Amino acid sequence: MTATLTTAAEAVSAIRSGDTVMVGGFGLVGAPLTLIDALVEESDATDLTIVSNNIGEPGRGLGKLLRQGRIRRGISSYFTSNPEAVAAVNAGEIEATLVPQGTFAEAIRAGGAGIGAFFTPVGAGTQLAQGKEERVIGGVRHVLEAPIHADVALVYAARADTLGNLWYRRTARNFNPLMATAADVTIAEAGEILEVGELEPESVVTPHIYVDHLVAAA
Amino acid sequence: MSPDPKARIAARAALELGPGEVVNLGIGIPNLIPAFLGPEMGVVLHTENGLLGVGPRPDADELDPDLIDAAKQPITALPGAAYFDSASSFAMIRGGHVDVAVLGALEVSAAGDIANWAVPGKDVLGVGGAMDLVVGARRVIVTMTATSSRGQPKVVAECTYPLTAAGAADIVVTELSVFRLVDGELRLTELLDGATVDDVAAVTTAPFVVALEESHVG
Repeated sequence: MTATLTTAAEAVSAIRSGDTVMVGGFGLVGAPLTLIDALVEESDATDLTIVSNNIGEPGRGLGKLLRQGRIRRGISSYFTSNPEAVAAVNAGEIEATLVPQGTFAEAIRAGGAGIGAFFTPVGAGTQLAQGKEERVIGGVRHVLEAPIHADVALVYAARADTLGNLWYRRTARNFNPLMATAADVTIAEAGEILEVGELEPESVVTPHIYVDHLVAAA
Repeated sequence: MSPDPKARIAARAALELGPGEVVNLGIGIPNLIPAFLGPEMGVVLHTENGLLGVGPRPDADELDPDLIDAAKQPITALPGAAYFDSASSFAMIRGGHVDVAVLGALEVSAAGDIANWAVPGKDVLGVGGAMDLVVGARRVIVTMTATSSRGQPKVVAECTYPLTAAGAADIVVTELSVFRLVDGELRLTELLDGATVDDVAAVTTAPFVVALEESHVG
């Protein structure tokens, strides 16, 4: 499949109210800011479940969507980087699911890789494992974790080719390649869009089959 | 000697790191440790947002918006560095490929339980990679002051804050002493900066065994 080259506004029209939306980035580094802005300004979709390591920062990135009251639930490892998100959780305005960062990453990987669930020792015996199935493996307590899958993933890559192959730069890679695999529809924002053949095949991190729509970064 | 207790803790913790070890440094006191590591030691720093081979903080003219550590602070990458996605990064951690995690804590118990992510009643909602690191790293070093800002002991019989992991700590370095968890026993192995056993006992509610070894620092 080939990614379609489109505008940010057109691409985010795939997001419907009630959807689960994955958003790449570690804080704002590697976050698809053009797509987030389009979601904030051009879309009416609300009641969203956001899967992202952080809920942006106050008034920046996903922090804009939070201020619009369009997030119903956040699944993250670290809400603290946006104090407004923590306040919204404490006020009961949004529901929070806190996940250890490695479990969060692996659950997204599993969601894109057809894995039904996985056991990890991380979190066993802590508040974050309450209510989860446990098994002792090799004498060590493990927790059963479900994969995470989304309706739409928004990812950022420094470079793409017109097929949708993606290349990431430095620590802006983070969750983006995982999320690109784990949604029904993946929209990639690219800093630079190259012709087919201009990316070294060995340097492609996300093969184009995962990418449905391609948008140039603003 | 530095008058700052946090810098002294970092300096003592740095002596626990061996040549060529792969080390992940948490936020706070652990982030002071690089100043005490000579390049001849060849310690390789890992940051869980996707880089092995973290270099010094950049000068203002070297800032790269795509290059940060897990504290979201700017860093550099050393020759030989490698970038990877978040699932690979935590596979390194859980898979036992990271030798040492150094992190701060609110409390450590006599059994080596660590509490470092949640303070009931405070506006924090984040665990980040802490649970993954303390479970996965081969050696876990806790660096913290002996008492909280309110004067409460932090090496305690049982943790009162929510746990990060049970039985995970191997070494605890405070401004007064070094404790080691050996065979399920908390041992006071070193006194720092002229502290006495009584000084340590006065701010430690955990039961411990005095097993002093030769001091690393004058």
